[in-house]
Amino acid sequence: METEILARIQFAFTVAFHYIYPPLSIGLGLILVIMEGMYLKTGLQHYKNMTQFWIKVFALIFGIGVATGIVMEFEFGTNWAAYSKYVGDIFGSALAAEGIFAFALESGFLGVLLFGWNRVSPKVHYLSTIMVFLGSMFSAVWIVVANSWQQTPAGFHIVGEGMKARAEITDFWAMVFNPSSMDRLTHVWIGSFLSGAFLVLSVNAYYILRKKHLEIAKPSFKIALFIATFFSFAQLATGHKSADGVAVNQPAKLAALEGHYDSSAAADMYMLGWVDNKNQKVTGLKIPGGLSFLLHQDFKKPVTGLNAFDPNNRPTQVNAIFQVYHIMIAIGMFLIALTAYASWLLYKGKLFEQKWLMHVFAWSVFLPQIANQAGWFAAEMGRQPWVVYGLLRTSDALSKTVKANQIVFSLILFGLVYLTLFALFIYLLNKKIKHGPVSAHETGDIHSNREERIIV
Amino acid sequence: METLLGLDYNTWWFLVFGGVISGYAILDGFDLGAGALHLFLKKEESRRIALNAIGPIWDGNEVWLVIGGGALFAGFPVAYAAIFSAFYIPFMVFIVGLIWRGVAIEFRSKEPGKKWRMAWDFIYSFASITIAVSLGLMLGNVALGIPLNEEHEFIGDWLSFLNPFSIMVAITSLALFMMHGAIFLAMKTENRLFAKITVLAKNFTIFFLVAFGFSSLYTLLYIPHLSDQLRSHPAYFILPLIMFLAIANIPRQLNKRKYRFAFISSSVTIASLLAMVALEVFPVLLMASNNSANSITITNAASSLKTMKTLLLIAGIGTPLVGAYTLFVFWTFKGKVQIDEMSY
Repeated sequence: METEILARIQFAFTVAFHYIYPPLSIGLGLILVIMEGMYLKTGLQHYKNMTQFWIKVFALIFGIGVATGIVMEFEFGTNWAAYSKYVGDIFGSALAAEGIFAFALESGFLGVLLFGWNRVSPKVHYLSTIMVFLGSMFSAVWIVVANSWQQTPAGFHIVGEGMKARAEITDFWAMVFNPSSMDRLTHVWIGSFLSGAFLVLSVNAYYILRKKHLEIAKPSFKIALFIATFFSFAQLATGHKSADGVAVNQPAKLAALEGHYDSSAAADMYMLGWVDNKNQKVTGLKIPGGLSFLLHQDFKKPVTGLNAFDPNNRPTQVNAIFQVYHIMIAIGMFLIALTAYASWLLYKGKLFEQKWLMHVFAWSVFLPQIANQAGWFAAEMGRQPWVVYGLLRTSDALSKTVKANQIVFSLILFGLVYLTLFALFIYLLNKKIKHGPVSAHETGDIHSNREERIIV
Repeated sequence: METLLGLDYNTWWFLVFGGVISGYAILDGFDLGAGALHLFLKKEESRRIALNAIGPIWDGNEVWLVIGGGALFAGFPVAYAAIFSAFYIPFMVFIVGLIWRGVAIEFRSKEPGKKWRMAWDFIYSFASITIAVSLGLMLGNVALGIPLNEEHEFIGDWLSFLNPFSIMVAITSLALFMMHGAIFLAMKTENRLFAKITVLAKNFTIFFLVAFGFSSLYTLLYIPHLSDQLRSHPAYFILPLIMFLAIANIPRQLNKRKYRFAFISSSVTIASLLAMVALEVFPVLLMASNNSANSITITNAASSLKTMKTLLLIAGIGTPLVGAYTLFVFWTFKGKVQIDEMSY
């Protein structure tokens, strides 16, 4: 039991820390593709300057993302040996595909993206930027496929019994397109676009408030606002589709998300609330029958509750799951309102005069990050007590040879390393932002002769 | 058993895995070597040039480790589970080394301060050494074998990875990478820095020859199972022959100042050393030193035949792609290092 809790804490800590960075890489990747595309199309210097500025930020984020990501690839083997044996046939295939199809693409072209400005033509550089972005998108594909298989296993059969039992692939594409993978993938991609877009919005809102780099800050803000608005709305659709899938495939998780216990009753939808798991009561602000309506378009229709499941087969941390899920929803709704309002002001031509709104945007960078983390916690905690839903219990997935003191050692080690990394990251990011992009008039003669090459 | 071109699928995947690990050792080997010798370079400008020599490519090189991890996990999950939980502590140290190596390269140039850069130079070099040494330690233990129970789980003492043979392999790996890295830097530098690095390359070659000599002797005398395949199959002597020719060619090419050929020779040395280990342990992936029946082999650790076929298809599509853009990136940054405004 002790090793299980420790191993889970270690996994949650290392993966949550890692997950600060890949969504930013994916989101910034999209923004870089747009910015550099504008530069190639128009040849205007300020697009090049904003691209180069965000490439430097991207490099910082990517570096930490890679360093913390390698930890994840091997943590299954170190702490979850029984799990690794059980799912290696399937989960391993997805990880191998990620390495060779996605990560290699991303890391290979990263060198050209960062250092290739004077070595390759603008078109080849742009191609490298696109490749890095695609690589990060493909990474998400395979990682989400692997995790979704844990949520909704498909395309496999079980071979062997007891300790020797393991899952083997019978249909590769059924494994890849398991019932939840595509819904969750679009949800993860869009969550990533939002975290990238809000970083760009935040930094440029800060510049606009300080009246610095305005000729770069305003167009950057517009590009990011366009992405943020579009995808805030789109996220509502993918989120709804995911929830529909959870209702069908993981009813115990769905019941935990809304704190719904009684299968004979219609399920409510809470705006906010508190779950008393012991007395099976939720207090809070709710739309009666709201969840029933969302799932079945009928406020009265009953929804499977937690009590329909054996207490050993359903999550116990219902309140925690309820809270992280509702934090995610609340942030999603807020982002829709914020971006829609800002877009309307932009259309009216009054956006950049609203100082208070710029302050809101400057701080909003944390919101998609919190929502991404909360969503993953809801997904992973809601799956408990299973590590592979309905097949393998988390408590059976551990490395038997690894002792609690070894996990404590590595947990402290990672704790110290990651705290230091995070402090350095914030310090360097802050410095980079304070320094800002090179303004068009500062760009000296070194570049001017190169500009002539850019006639697209 | 189903075969492809006369070899069964598990053997194919063993070859793919071996190829990926050799690729990692050759490619990241020179990055790690350059990192390990970083503090031998004293001037700020020299250190910047050395960093920018690997700057655009080291990330792509590290990908081979990620692919190797995935290849082991997917093809031989039992081995993946056993190896990383058995080598828990050296592996954690290895991973922390990888983290610091990566961020040190990225962070160093972000501040002009002398102390900031000195601190990161130290972290970068120390992390590179740590990675090389812990890789060598794990390779040594895999070659030597560790005690395993019937479930293929490690049952030894968690400090037992520190044994004389593995320590020798660790030192030899470090020396090999330092030589390899110095030769790489010789191809990428000019003028006085180049002159300094050529001297370092010669010195590290001597370091490697001595370390390699001792560990070979130790192996022949005390670890008989690492040479019995060779003794029973005289035809296999072609492999050590290639290795010795490659090693002998390194000082020769260094004296002729043909650094590209020296680099090819040190790459062949790395690949043939790993091939020797693979040849001796095959078909075992991790030998149980207490009872050979508990050993993890390419058969009892393997994924299903269907997965093996899928994996080979993935590797068949992926490898030419990775090869193509690796070549493209290397070609883009070929020649001597030039520092510009985007450099580290």
